[in-house]
Amino acid sequence: MNDFDYRSPRSLDEALAILGEYGEDARVVAGGTALVTMMRQRLVQPRCLVSLRDVQGLGRIEANGGLRLGALVTHRDAEVSPLVRERIPVLAETFRRVATVRIRHMATIGGALAHGDPNQDPPVTLLALGATVNIRSARAAREVPLTEFFRDYYETALEPGELVTAVTVPAPPAGSGAAFLKFLPRTADDYATVAAAAIVTLERDGVRCREARIALGSVGVTALRATSAEALLGGEPLGESLLQAAGEAAKTAVDPLTDHRGSAAYKREMTAVMVGRVLGQAWEAARRSAQARP
Amino acid sequence: MIRLTVNGTVHELEVPAYRTLLDCLRYDLGLTGSKEGCGVGVCGACTVLLDGKMISSCIALAAFADGRSVTTVEGLAQDERLHPVQQAFVDAGGFQCGICTPGQVVSAKALLDANPNPTEAEIKEWMVGNLCRCTGYYKIVESIRSAAQRSRA
Repeated sequence: MNDFDYRSPRSLDEALAILGEYGEDARVVAGGTALVTMMRQRLVQPRCLVSLRDVQGLGRIEANGGLRLGALVTHRDAEVSPLVRERIPVLAETFRRVATVRIRHMATIGGALAHGDPNQDPPVTLLALGATVNIRSARAAREVPLTEFFRDYYETALEPGELVTAVTVPAPPAGSGAAFLKFLPRTADDYATVAAAAIVTLERDGVRCREARIALGSVGVTALRATSAEALLGGEPLGESLLQAAGEAAKTAVDPLTDHRGSAAYKREMTAVMVGRVLGQAWEAARRSAQARP
Repeated sequence: MIRLTVNGTVHELEVPAYRTLLDCLRYDLGLTGSKEGCGVGVCGACTVLLDGKMISSCIALAAFADGRSVTTVEGLAQDERLHPVQQAFVDAGGFQCGICTPGQVVSAKALLDANPNPTEAEIKEWMVGNLCRCTGYYKIVESIRSAAQRSRA
């Protein structure tokens, strides 16, 4: 690892001032699972690390209609939080599937988003749920929909001097159901070969789909929405042929790489399979939720 | 200057910013129980507890532990008596070559601290990131079950 200045500010304003001072030569670090690993491999050689560890107020999980998860909330915090489990159980389940307990104790939500790795799990579910990212710089605060946040492989909408302060997740509508699935042919703690999340909201009849959102991970340069598949679902009742058609449509949204987790062609085929499965599970959950609706 | 409490003893150390917690434990403090296996947070040989939570010390900077409390495998035995988890690994044959053992034992202790009576599925889910190339894992799971039983007795 290269040597660098290590700063641990106690407030967000102080952190943002240091980021402004160093510009592109500074990196923000929280849990370090991504950044320290990349520094050890000399893929990143920052002149300054700004640790958010001692910054107060970024580690809270709050209900605000939906949920607001502070940037320093760890994956493990999100997994075991009673609030997350009660309000948006698919989110808790998604965090449970990331890596190992040890890594989940370290890795933070803000860090994972800023890392912009297309193989991560939480962005997939957060995309399907319609989350937005809260961003601060010394000059301004802004909110970016997650659909516009990921730009390319390890590239996000974050500008030098900015950092992620939270992610905001809207409450799933009444009569909706969601699911997350991760296809792992190798080991339980691996990145997915294909990851898929879906949320389905039913019409008042409890049968036809009003709206569905489908997101995928590990099959492109960013986590992505399968809008071509989503477009087939509005107004339709669930059926095996519809799930198959949605899976086929999702294949046009992906551009996977061949690697040790499978060939590009295999990942494209498995995209169709996983979209069919996750959509079927989300639809089933929506039907249960619609039946429970007063 | 950083201040670490390691196995109950306070240390004040001057270390370069790039010092990992693992290297600090091994080279600055001489605690060579924690091992470097993969060096990228995957294998679990470097597992330590930071304020009671298990982490990978190979991808944590020593500075992350400033002002905090670290428990390593050297801190488990009390007055020359093995910790019940260590004794269970000895009795049930939970290791062969031994390189992964400090990480296995520290992870198992963290599990039993959080959940004194885990099911086999819970043991496996918790221990998933501690790789062992010798035992085939069955005896590790057996060691942890036996440690849990002993702690209840």
